[in-house]
Amino acid sequence: MGRGVGSRSGGGAAQPPWHSLPDEVWEHAFSFLPAAADRGAAAGACRGWLRAERRSRRRLAVANCYATSPRDAVERFPSVRAAEVKGKPHFADFGLVPPAWGAEAAPWVAAAADGWPLLEELSFKRMVVTDECLEMIAASFRNFQVLRLVSCEGFSTAGLAAITEGCRNLRELDLQENYIEDCSSHWLSSFPESFTSLETLNFSCLDGEVNFAVLERLVTRCHNLKTLKLNNAIPLDKVASLLRKAPHIVELGTGKFSADYHPDLFAKLEAAFAGCKSLRRLSGAWDAVPDYLSAFYGVCEGLTSLNLSYATVRGPELIKFISRCKNLQQLWVMDLIEDHGLAVVASTCSKLQELRVFPSDPFGAGQVLLTERGLVDVSASCPMLESVLYFCRRMTNEALITIAKNRPNFTCFRLCILEPRTPDYITQQSLDAGFSAIVESCKGLRRLSVSGLLTDLVFKSIGEHADRLEMLSIAFAGNSDLGLHYILSGCKSLKKLEIRDCPFGNKPLLANAAKLETMRSLWMSSCSLTLGACRQLAQKMPRLTVEIMNDPGRACPLDALPDESPVEKLYVYRTIAGPRSDTPDYVQIV
Amino acid sequence: MEIIDAELRLGPPGSSGSGDMAAKKRSAAAAAKSEASGTGGDPDAAPASKVQVVGWPPVGAYRKSTVQSASAAREKGGVGGGLYVKVSMDGAPYLRKVDLRTYGGYGELRDALAKLFGACDKAAGGAGGFAVAYEDKDGDLMLAGDVPWDMFICSCKKLRIMRGSEAR
Repeated sequence: MGRGVGSRSGGGAAQPPWHSLPDEVWEHAFSFLPAAADRGAAAGACRGWLRAERRSRRRLAVANCYATSPRDAVERFPSVRAAEVKGKPHFADFGLVPPAWGAEAAPWVAAAADGWPLLEELSFKRMVVTDECLEMIAASFRNFQVLRLVSCEGFSTAGLAAITEGCRNLRELDLQENYIEDCSSHWLSSFPESFTSLETLNFSCLDGEVNFAVLERLVTRCHNLKTLKLNNAIPLDKVASLLRKAPHIVELGTGKFSADYHPDLFAKLEAAFAGCKSLRRLSGAWDAVPDYLSAFYGVCEGLTSLNLSYATVRGPELIKFISRCKNLQQLWVMDLIEDHGLAVVASTCSKLQELRVFPSDPFGAGQVLLTERGLVDVSASCPMLESVLYFCRRMTNEALITIAKNRPNFTCFRLCILEPRTPDYITQQSLDAGFSAIVESCKGLRRLSVSGLLTDLVFKSIGEHADRLEMLSIAFAGNSDLGLHYILSGCKSLKKLEIRDCPFGNKPLLANAAKLETMRSLWMSSCSLTLGACRQLAQKMPRLTVEIMNDPGRACPLDALPDESPVEKLYVYRTIAGPRSDTPDYVQIV
Repeated sequence: MEIIDAELRLGPPGSSGSGDMAAKKRSAAAAAKSEASGTGGDPDAAPASKVQVVGWPPVGAYRKSTVQSASAAREKGGVGGGLYVKVSMDGAPYLRKVDLRTYGGYGELRDALAKLFGACDKAAGGAGGFAVAYEDKDGDLMLAGDVPWDMFICSCKKLRIMRGSEAR
């Protein structure tokens, strides 16, 4: 591109020699900075670097689709080959955001179609993706290779057919936990017979039937297929057939894993798995029948990732299985594993890095024997454990303190005690001491979710000690405004804060308004906020969008309401694009 | 003059508004009590603390709907979960219970029943031959084996072993 004007800008002192280097040199240098944060820092050094960096940026991650307009993003980074865009706030996963909130992918697809003709990868998370979007993607990018849709909605199998038919160089079609309408469209058959480039196919979230013969032919001719995640509709015997056609598979999602027990089918499965020498990641197994679990035994030793969180298999069978998986790095299970099972995990899986334990019966009375004991055992014996998501019904400060002492290397610690405001079950005290120990010990903690009975004091500890914390989730905790104040005035690296059902009011929000601009977003619902404070906040901070959500049924214009009106849901985020224009009736921007 | 009793409001955890301290303490104590006793269900405390709060626990909606449809399928008779029915044999001193879901078909059921009642049968001096009958939803006594296995385990309420002398 040649030398830019900026690099020769005047001034009395002689310019350092590197100022006369052409842009291509800088672009090449920046290609060695993989992390977007580092590239962003480089871009801030001087105009020359800004220009060189932005023109050579290949990967772009937009963590909040409303932080910038799609056109601006495309203009600023014209050479992007891979883009990831995220939409709705995280609490939308739990039903706290009513439908039709926004986060449409269409403007992004349209802008990309205009400005990024060489785009190869597109990833959307928590956004509304329509069939028209998918058709536009198929038509606009001649070298399109990777489509990843996570927790999205708004499209059907007809849109998928446009992708499979139109994207001749498709390598990855990865559909995770989306709501997809089944139009009985033959999306799978739309892959041309000459198409062989597929490496990843994940349709586990699709509800409908697929043509098995077509799938089998596809799997047979795609020699580079590494990841295959099937849906519930593929019966067990067909899984065995597929595996024989794709023995080099690295990641498998089995889909439904139940059938009447037949020794023939068992033998078939066992033989098929025995042939999969490269299998490292296993998931699916809905309703797994214990009899068939043992067909997997041949691959257990090679597994690094195991997701049995949809398998309603009881403890004893789980234990038999997991005790063979010595090389596991990632384990997702149901709480049916119980403390006893986690003790086995602790003694078997010395390389474990990530553990997630989900509740099998979240609203039930709680007969499962999973307690704090399980987590203590695992954190004591797994030296590489750094990420935990744990649903349980009871906890003690002592357990948390022990965990903190054993595992100072936690980067992600999410504890969810199912009953809100549950105290230490032995001392009846709040769990302040336990969580304080976690943040004091785990200096690299980036993500934290707290639960149980907590006072403002725990937030004082978090504010003071959690220097690297980027995301914090709080529910049913705290006593007063002080709690929120401690967080917003501390937590140097905080990016995302989400709060529900806490007695936090206006004062800490207004007192720390400037902090909000250093963060990506803030969510507060069922707290003690009033409209007046939100108005003040919006006025004080023009680069923040302050969104208020009312009951969808009650669409009363904001202007008419007095300052004292309570605010049920607040979502604040920084943006350079100004207020968005696609709000539904129940969302009002102050 | 209007007297507003704001202190004694009963409500589930998470219901907003002032004056909830009494309810909060009560439900927290109730939760603690049921946790400590390990029964998971103190009948007095349960109603106040078991009302579902929107979006809690924070289990993803996708995961929740998948797990819920799986348990619904199980209740309708899909595979997975236990389905215990009583088994009686005339002359046997006590009944047994078997989990129909652990068997793949009629053959396995027969083998298991033979094992369960074999000792009793020999002791009573029986020949060893038997037929498996069951009581269906309508209360009729049916011979097992006519309908497909999946249909059978949905409609079987009780099993009855008819020994050689009774069965034709």
